[in-house]
Amino acid sequence: MTSELFIQYLMAGITYGSIYAIVAIGFNIIYNTTGIINFAQGEFVMLGGMLSITFLQYLPLPLAILLAVVVTMGIGAAIEMLFIRWLVNPGILRMIIITIGISILIREAALHVWGANVRSLPYFFGNEISTIAIFGARVSPQVLWVVGTCSLMVVALNIFFQATSIGREMRACAANRIAAVLCGIDTRNMVTLSFVLSAGIGALAGAVMSPITYTQYDNGTGLAIKGFTVAILGGLGNSLGAVAGGLLLGIIEAFSVSVVPLAFQDAIAIAILLVILFVRPHGLFGSSAMAGLKEF
Amino acid sequence: MAMSQNFGKNLVFLPIVAAVILIQLLTAWTGSVYYLTQLTMSAYYSLLIVGLCVLMGYAGQISLGHAGFFAIGGYLSAALTTRNLSPYSGQLPVRLLDSLGCLHAGQDLYGDPLLVVTPWVACIIAILVALAIAFILGIPVLKLKGHYLAMATLGFGIIIYRIALASSYFGEADGISGVPGFALLPGLLVSGDKAYRVSNYYIAWTVLLLAMLLLRHLINSRVGRALRAIHGSPEAADAMGVDTARFKLKTFMLSAVFSALAGVLLTHYNGGIGPSEASVMKSVRYVAIVAVGGMANIWGALAMGMVLNFLSLRGFFGTYDDAVFGLILITIMLFAPNGILSLQVRGLWRQRGLFRRKKPAVKEA
Amino acid sequence: MKRILGKTLCAFAATCLLSAPSVWAENIKVGALLAVTGPSSFLGGPEARTLEMMVEQANAKGGINGKKIELVLKDTAGNPEKAISLAKQLLEEENVLAVLGPSSSGETMAVKKIFEDAKTPLISCAAAEVIVNPLASWVFKTPQNDSFAAIKIFKEMNKLGIAKIAVLVDNSGFGKAGKEQLQKIAPDYKIEIVESEVYDAKATDLSAVVAKIKANEAVQGLINWSIVPAQSIVVKNIRQAGWQVPIFQSHGFGNIKYVEAAGAAAEGVIFPAGRLLMADLLPEGHPQKTLLVQYVKDYEGKYQETASTFGGHAYDAFMIFEKAVAVGGNDKEKIREAIEGLKNLPGTGGMYNFSATDHNGLTLDAFEMMTVKNGKFVPYTGK
Repeated sequence: MTSELFIQYLMAGITYGSIYAIVAIGFNIIYNTTGIINFAQGEFVMLGGMLSITFLQYLPLPLAILLAVVVTMGIGAAIEMLFIRWLVNPGILRMIIITIGISILIREAALHVWGANVRSLPYFFGNEISTIAIFGARVSPQVLWVVGTCSLMVVALNIFFQATSIGREMRACAANRIAAVLCGIDTRNMVTLSFVLSAGIGALAGAVMSPITYTQYDNGTGLAIKGFTVAILGGLGNSLGAVAGGLLLGIIEAFSVSVVPLAFQDAIAIAILLVILFVRPHGLFGSSAMAGLKEF
Repeated sequence: MAMSQNFGKNLVFLPIVAAVILIQLLTAWTGSVYYLTQLTMSAYYSLLIVGLCVLMGYAGQISLGHAGFFAIGGYLSAALTTRNLSPYSGQLPVRLLDSLGCLHAGQDLYGDPLLVVTPWVACIIAILVALAIAFILGIPVLKLKGHYLAMATLGFGIIIYRIALASSYFGEADGISGVPGFALLPGLLVSGDKAYRVSNYYIAWTVLLLAMLLLRHLINSRVGRALRAIHGSPEAADAMGVDTARFKLKTFMLSAVFSALAGVLLTHYNGGIGPSEASVMKSVRYVAIVAVGGMANIWGALAMGMVLNFLSLRGFFGTYDDAVFGLILITIMLFAPNGILSLQVRGLWRQRGLFRRKKPAVKEA
Repeated sequence: MKRILGKTLCAFAATCLLSAPSVWAENIKVGALLAVTGPSSFLGGPEARTLEMMVEQANAKGGINGKKIELVLKDTAGNPEKAISLAKQLLEEENVLAVLGPSSSGETMAVKKIFEDAKTPLISCAAAEVIVNPLASWVFKTPQNDSFAAIKIFKEMNKLGIAKIAVLVDNSGFGKAGKEQLQKIAPDYKIEIVESEVYDAKATDLSAVVAKIKANEAVQGLINWSIVPAQSIVVKNIRQAGWQVPIFQSHGFGNIKYVEAAGAAAEGVIFPAGRLLMADLLPEGHPQKTLLVQYVKDYEGKYQETASTFGGHAYDAFMIFEKAVAVGGNDKEKIREAIEGLKNLPGTGGMYNFSATDHNGLTLDAFEMMTVKNGKFVPYTGK
């Protein structure tokens, strides 16, 4: 393998990895405050893309994306208030089924609103064929947008959860819900906030990746599965783990192309994931105590 | 004595058997025999669903990959009974199979010689493969917990789906068509032909009810009581000297066999199978139906499996099929978390009361 | 618990009783099995809309032989098992005269035998050659044969002096059929396939596989055979890699949305397509001209979306049905014979000439080579 080809594979892997990682981070935020996996996370990504494309007809690009993020955040809040907020002691399986139901509903609604056609945002810089050379390999500038957004998000989230009082309260909810209530934290609002936050992150991701991946009503499912895989691989609840897991999966996928037919790429990547899980049953960076706590 | 005891317990099946016969007579009487097509297909899907129900409700193990076992059954029996072995007829394994009477020689639709594995042998191979995979996979997978278990089973499903979609042996995107009927006994053919409509309805329901009988036996046995203990607290069950890991594995394998059998029979009934049967959405659908029917409730699973599959297969909701399914999932999970059979008007009111309550909900960790 | 189960069963029984089939002898009943939702909805959607529009138009003109047409449209969601169940329903309960669709080749192959047994015409909107070859007496299809597209592409490659190529196909039934035809026909044109890969219909980025193929320096040209939106990603990734290889696409590229998605990267892509995409550019007096212009105008006026060749397949299916029923009336066998007797019939896909041995009815001439210039489809005139 020439060094140019190696770097080209690596860049492809980083592209895939960043996309997966952003989706996985959205999973982790809700998981951290509620202990549930929101399977509608992929639909937030799809909505972010679709809404930005729709708003772009009336607004300049940055405003269209901003508005799409805000609207998706509103949808996230509405979902939490309508379906999650008033449940008492919901079991994890019950929550999985409800979020799967929500995901199906959003997807079908999107099909009837936007149709089955593929759409995309324009490239933020340049167009479909402009590239930047990095160590002899060429990448689209949009890839840098995705990687940049992903890194910024991780940094911003870490600051938010470590340094702000709301962030710390959200972490308290995750660590011990009852103790958090006793300390006077309004855990319900924290859960709503986590949905708003992850919807916003998903929507932003959806807008930034739209020029690369395109946006279609059923994009969400595939992304959600990849995001879930990555979240598990990195260890649930661990944002840095999600980034590491995402990059690992992305790079495995990219390099697997050189040895096995592309058609089997997913099967190979998942098989490697299973082996990792069998060796480390709580993901690469997850804590085994946490994994043991959350049962169905 | 055990027989009569069991007989008493199994009286619960009588109304169902009566209903099954009644529906058939009713369709014959009203000239609407065509309903039996979807009732038969739904019965096979329900076979998978009740097996999954016991795994989820009694052994407490979620599986987001059961469509994978269905596909193993369906695809293997389809491929073995349609892929022509005559170019290899000189080779040893094929000669060996032939001398054991496992092969069937004939002509294909276009008059070329066709040498294929007989359905019975294919069926046994398919089920043994599913059983072996469940065993090999089950040992490490069932050690995982919570979302990690969900991911591992989901991953298994994805692998099977990808293999089916990428291998030319399994027909790639087109799947396999032209699968012959399966003669269970002389004159008793699993086939979608109009002439066999009524007998196939009874075949499907016999298989399904026998499976239910087996499951009920399992639930009420010592093993079953242990299973329930596992769901409550694996630590306590372990302390009582119940080998929980072994029971989980057994249940996993049993449900895999049910799924594979459903796959085999439905594939012969439909005359083919496509990759959509292996897709993740199918697995999710099965889990959702079990949850909606009430996790530890095989009757609820049976009822929901029949109703939801029947309506979907008939295209009852047209282009809103998935949307309505999603809506049903949400509604039942919100208002009747223990499944549709737990839904009572009074319960609904109580839930509404909670809606107004101001006190923050405290959830167990 | 048992009681509720009993109730459910009673409900089944009630449904059985209430919805006994109603037979309207006066109407002409035609069924349609289309993937309106699900992964193939980009095919089934335009097909369903086209059918609904055409039935409306035909009925406004007084139907066929003075009888109203009744369309029974069923959504298969792209699942063969659903297609099987719904096909039996259309045949046994709705007693349809013929069925249009399904949208994909997998579904068509799954229901083929059912229509042979029921002796009812099936006019498929899926392209795979295996649907009509080997021949089944009751099964027809409207899209052009894959082999025609392959031959057209290879002929063009010969002109350009391209001998070693890479083939990329999607993992739908369309991609599978294309791959088989390309492999079969390539030697006839002295073309060698040196790289071959299959990508997922829902792929989000394919730069890795493009890098791999680019690294093979023998590759002189590339065929990207696909019907899913991901085909635009391939084109984009190739140009992003700075690779100026000639790109050929299949007739599955015949949707302007795919060009829009690939943007600047789509410029210069060469592909065979039916004349629907160049309706305005056809010379006056071309037999397909009036019909194509009219369809595009009607469809785009009614649904506010660009007409694609996919909707055109359903257009042709309905038109063939309409012509055949006008001759054959209410008799399925006569309809079948009437379809086999259709000659020189202009459709969106080309000039149909059916016969007892040709259930597609199109020839190589159905395709024109086209290319993309300034984001629009234009006829390809060679270098």
